[in-house]
Amino acid sequence: MPYKFIDGVAIADVTFEATGTTLEELFESAANAVTASMVEDLKTIEEKITKKISISGKDHERLLHNFMQELLFYKDAEGLVFSKYTIKITGNSLEAELVGEELNQEKHEWITDVKAVSWHMYKLEKTEEGWKAFVILDV
Amino acid sequence: MDFKKPQFTKISDYIWEISKDYKQGMRVPARIIASKKVLDQMDDHVYDQITNVATLPGIVNYAYCMPDGHSGYGFPIGGVAAMDTEDGVISPGGIGFDINCGMRLIRTNLTIDEVKPKLHELVDTLFKRVPAGVGGKSKMRLSPQEFKQVMERGSKRCIEKGLGWEEDLERTEMKGSVESADSSKVSEKAIKRGLGQVGTLGSGNHYLEIQHVKEENIENSELAKKWGLFPDQVVVMFHCGSRGFGHQVASDYLNLFLDVMQSKYGIKILDRELACAPFKSKEGQDYFSAMNCAVNMGFANRQTILHEVREGFASVFGKSAEDLEMHQIYDICHNRASVEKHNVNGEMKELIVHRKGATAAFGPGREEIPELYRDDGQPILIGGSMETGSWLLAGVDSAADTWFTTAHGSGRVMSRAQAKRTYRGEELQKNMEKKGIYIKAVSFKGLAEEAGGAYKKIDEVIESATSAGVSKKVAKLIPIGNIKG
Repeated sequence: MPYKFIDGVAIADVTFEATGTTLEELFESAANAVTASMVEDLKTIEEKITKKISISGKDHERLLHNFMQELLFYKDAEGLVFSKYTIKITGNSLEAELVGEELNQEKHEWITDVKAVSWHMYKLEKTEEGWKAFVILDV
Repeated sequence: MDFKKPQFTKISDYIWEISKDYKQGMRVPARIIASKKVLDQMDDHVYDQITNVATLPGIVNYAYCMPDGHSGYGFPIGGVAAMDTEDGVISPGGIGFDINCGMRLIRTNLTIDEVKPKLHELVDTLFKRVPAGVGGKSKMRLSPQEFKQVMERGSKRCIEKGLGWEEDLERTEMKGSVESADSSKVSEKAIKRGLGQVGTLGSGNHYLEIQHVKEENIENSELAKKWGLFPDQVVVMFHCGSRGFGHQVASDYLNLFLDVMQSKYGIKILDRELACAPFKSKEGQDYFSAMNCAVNMGFANRQTILHEVREGFASVFGKSAEDLEMHQIYDICHNRASVEKHNVNGEMKELIVHRKGATAAFGPGREEIPELYRDDGQPILIGGSMETGSWLLAGVDSAADTWFTTAHGSGRVMSRAQAKRTYRGEELQKNMEKKGIYIKAVSFKGLAEEAGGAYKKIDEVIESATSAGVSKKVAKLIPIGNIKG
C-alpha cells in the first residue's frame, strides 16, 4: 500500500501522496489512501461484495480523480467501503472490480467522512520509479 | 510551494489589505477582517488563496477573508467574493463541497437545573435519534420523486410531511426554500448519494449541542429577551449541511467547469479548485440551479433533525415540544452563493455573493431578513469548538462593505493529523465530562480532531468580527452536551 499522509498542507483536510510502479498500482494505492482516511484499519474490511465499474476520463489525471470520486459515491449511495481492487486501464478508461463490504460503525473503526476529492494542488505525474499522485481530500 | 508573505496595509485595527500588486492577475485588493493577533494566527495558505480569489473575473471591490479564515482550497474557508452578475463568474470553489452547511438554534423553556439531572439520558436519546458519523443512515430512504420535492422545495416539503412547525419556515434563512432550484440540473449520482441522507448529521466538524445561556454571557439583554433567551435557559444548536448530495453536485460541476472554462470562455485561473463559468452562461446557470437544490436539501436536512430533537426532548421530559416551547430561533447557511442587491460605490447592483465558511449578516431593514427580525438585524449563529462555546450575533448596518457578511466559526489552527497526535479521544471525553460537558461521539479519532485546542479562540474571532463592525454580540452559549459524528 504505497501511500503516505502528509501534514500541514491544508489544515482542515487530509493530504496524501500515493505511488505505484504501474498506473494500476498507483490507482490501487490512491483508493486505499481514500478509504484509510475514513477507516482506521483496512484489514477490518472483509471481502463480501464485488462491484464492477467502468470509468473514463479526459486523461489519466482526470481518470484517477473520477475513480476516487466513485469510491465516495459507493460510500454514500450504497454504504460500501472496499479493500481489494482489480484494475485494468486501457487508454483513458478503466475497468475495475471493487471488493469490500457495507460500512459498520461497530466493526470498523471510523475516523471521519470524506466529502470529496479536491482539485487543489492535485497532481498525477510519471516518475523514474513509476507514477505518483498528490491529493487533498475534503473531510 | 513558492510563497511570498504579503505586506499588509492597515486600514483599521481590524482590517488588513493586500494590494493588487502582490500577485499578477489580481483584479482587486484582498482584505482580511481580523485583529492583529488573529491575523498572525492564520496560516500562510490563507493569504495565497484569498489573493487567488481576487483574480476571478467580475469580482467587485475586494476579496474578503473573515476572522475565522483558514486554508481551504480554491477559496480559503472564511472567503467572501461578490461578482457582478452581468460579467462575473460563479465558482463552486467559492461555496465549498458542503453546500448549505449551516447552523440551527432552538430554544426551550427548560433551565439548566431541570436539564442537568437528565443530561446523559437526553444526549443518549438524541444520539440514537439523529444518525451521525460515516454511514449514519437516515431512518427514511426517500424515493427519487420524494427527493425531487426536497431538492426543489427544501424545508417546506418537510413541514408538509409533518416534520416541523409552520413557523419554522419564518425563522429560517430564505424561509428554508430557495426558488431557483431545478432538479433536472442534478446528476443521477448526486441523487443516489442523497436519498438516504435526509436527517443525518454527518461527521467531521458537524455536531449537535445542548447549550447553557449563562446570565453573564448575555451581552445584549434587549435582543436576547426579544429573541426568546433568558438566564440559565437551555438551548440546542446543531451544525450540518447537504451531505453527500451536495458534495456530488459540487464535484460534478467542478468537472464540467474545468472542461469549458478555458476552451469555451477563455478564463484562466490559478488553482483548478477555482474552476468557474460566467454566471449568465448556460453552465453557470445550471450550476446555480443545481447548487440551490443542495441548498434546499441542507435546509430539509436540518429541518428533519429539528423534528427528531423535538421528539427526543418530549420523550425525555414527558412534555410535548409545544409545552417545552421549542421554537426555532434561526437557521443560517454558511456555504452558498446568492444573488443579492448591494450598494457598489453609490450604485445599487445585482451581485452573486459567494460565501464559503462565512455567514450572511444583514443589517436592520434588509428584505432578506424575515419580518419577525427585520427591525433587529439578522440573527447570526457562530459555532465554536465543542469545548469553548458558540455565539448568537446580530447583523448591523456597518457590514455593508463586506456585503453584509461575518464569520461562521472558530477557524482551525491545528491540522487534523496534529490534533490526533496531541489529543486522545477517550481522554478528551473524560476531561470534558469533568468540565461539565457530556459528549457522545461515533469516532474517538474524529473527536480528537475536533478538540478545542485545534481551533482559534472563538471569543477572539467574535471580538474581531464585532470590532470590525460586521456584526454585534447578543449572547454566548456554553456547551453542556455534545453529539459528534
